[in-house]
Amino acid sequence: MHKLFSCLAVLVLTWACPFTHASEFVVEVTKGQTEAIPIAVVPFASAELTAASFDVAQLVSDDLARSGRFKTMDRKDMIEQPHTGANIGFDDWRRLNNDYMVVGSMQADGPDRYSITYELYNVLTKQRLLGFQISSNRAGLRSAGHQIADAVFEKILGIRGAFSTRIAYISVLGHLPDKTYQLIVADADGENPHVVMQSREPLMSPSWSPDGSSLAYVSFEQRLPTMYVQTLKTGDRRVVSAQAGVNQAPSWSPDGKKLALVLSTRDGNLDIYVKDLTTQQLSRITDDPGIDTEPQWSKDGQSIYFTSDRAGGPQIYKVGIRPGDKPRRLTFQGSYNARPRISPDESQLAFVTQENGDYRIATMDLRGRGDVQVLTKGHFDVSPSYAPNGAVLIYASRDKGRGVLALVSADGRVQQRLVSSEGELQEPAWAPF
Amino acid sequence: MKRILSIAVLIAGAALLAGCPKKHNVNDAPVAGTQVPDSSGNAAEGASTSTSPLDGDANSSSRGLNGEGTGPLARKIIYFDFDKSEIKPEFADIVTATAHTLSGNPRLKLKLEGNTDERGTREYNIGLGERRAQAVRRALMLQGVAESQVSTVSFGAERPAAEGDDEAAWAKNRRVEVVFLP
Repeated sequence: MHKLFSCLAVLVLTWACPFTHASEFVVEVTKGQTEAIPIAVVPFASAELTAASFDVAQLVSDDLARSGRFKTMDRKDMIEQPHTGANIGFDDWRRLNNDYMVVGSMQADGPDRYSITYELYNVLTKQRLLGFQISSNRAGLRSAGHQIADAVFEKILGIRGAFSTRIAYISVLGHLPDKTYQLIVADADGENPHVVMQSREPLMSPSWSPDGSSLAYVSFEQRLPTMYVQTLKTGDRRVVSAQAGVNQAPSWSPDGKKLALVLSTRDGNLDIYVKDLTTQQLSRITDDPGIDTEPQWSKDGQSIYFTSDRAGGPQIYKVGIRPGDKPRRLTFQGSYNARPRISPDESQLAFVTQENGDYRIATMDLRGRGDVQVLTKGHFDVSPSYAPNGAVLIYASRDKGRGVLALVSADGRVQQRLVSSEGELQEPAWAPF
Repeated sequence: MKRILSIAVLIAGAALLAGCPKKHNVNDAPVAGTQVPDSSGNAAEGASTSTSPLDGDANSSSRGLNGEGTGPLARKIIYFDFDKSEIKPEFADIVTATAHTLSGNPRLKLKLEGNTDERGTREYNIGLGERRAQAVRRALMLQGVAESQVSTVSFGAERPAAEGDDEAAWAKNRRVEVVFLP
């Protein structure tokens, strides 16, 4: 009997291998920002191209709109469609209330080779702020569009754009008792999803290496928690922790040489440890009978933020990694504050807080007086993760009983949902630049 | 077992040779970053490199059947209140009966699978699930069960028994499953 099951299990995995998981993402802006900057991204001239060619300008426009920082002009409201600065009637565009505009063109240089020229103008000063040419094949046009959006975003706002980055998340397909768990890596806008790991048993807690080359995660494929590090380019993976008891919540040190993780003693006490990935040496960071979990490194690699219920309910603490350092409690408001994540400049801490039975994403100011702001309004908002530019957080939410991913700006003023056509989406983790 | 593994490796290998249709062409993109290869190789690797990877799957496939069985070795379930790990009086009989079975069969082993409802953060729920499994383990040991007979695992909120966003579903998910090992 076991033998039959064994063969079946392997077959299922291999049959499933095309992994064309096409989760169509629909972006809904659920809360906009009134002071969004008006910008027009004029369709790029592409005379020689076929109808099948990719609309790069539309992607640039969508990226900017989705950031919440920009209000993009609808194409049908455009009075003309200039493709170079020389043809822009600035006074007309100013009357249509545009502060900025992007114009450009795309041409075929050869079989599967395109060049895109684009310029960014300040409509008020008529000044050219950017002018670039990008060369790409057909498959790279989407990336080229994200690069243009990144450049425009940074030029106008002074903040590095994160449109070219990726996210990882868990998607759970099917229903009891027949579920499939997938670890997926996609573009930051949810497009181009690739299944990098699939299992009939739970997958949890994807965590990006600081260089973006690998993911650490927990898999229950052996019906026990095992922590793996998987290199995305090759698909190779190795076990980094498979001790008796829990092996949970990996978090990479900023230099990529160590993992903070959660292990348990024989009697089930969860504590934070650090594993040196070169020497395999383990050091224990916390030692408390409560649940200590969800570690995240400080930017300087000298401390770890974590969740602990040592004082009753879960609260957030910070402890130095040097032996003898005493944890310091950071959250005091409310009875449930958990899963800390620091913003890239460590000015802000994001976490999950409970408000009247609902779980929501909150932030705490780490530089000033520790002011707390609750950013979201859902019932099950968990797993916050900062974009590498710190401007936006992605988190897991619920929409009509289904797991979805959602975005909120770090100041809470802009909110969107990424609604996938299939699967329960969980535990988004934004990749580094 | 060796034979099972070689079959597994063969099948996985055949699948690799056959190749998977690659629908994503981002790998050709000059401006796209890291490639994410299709993961059939990973699955095969997981199956072929571990010592007993597939028995686990076999158990999980027969999960529903085990749970509905009767007799001393059938899967038993102990339910918990929200955010609690105390064993309620109505489940004391299950603990006592389980302790008897184990004490009378010193070679018998069981696994306690701790679970929570979906509320809260995922990793903290792993901690809560472990706490529930440990509560049952302690109760068994107090009744004379040898430490070596009992192991625990926490699935947190990851393996719900019931789907749904309401108390009816949550109550079914806050549980420890008592699973006798073959």
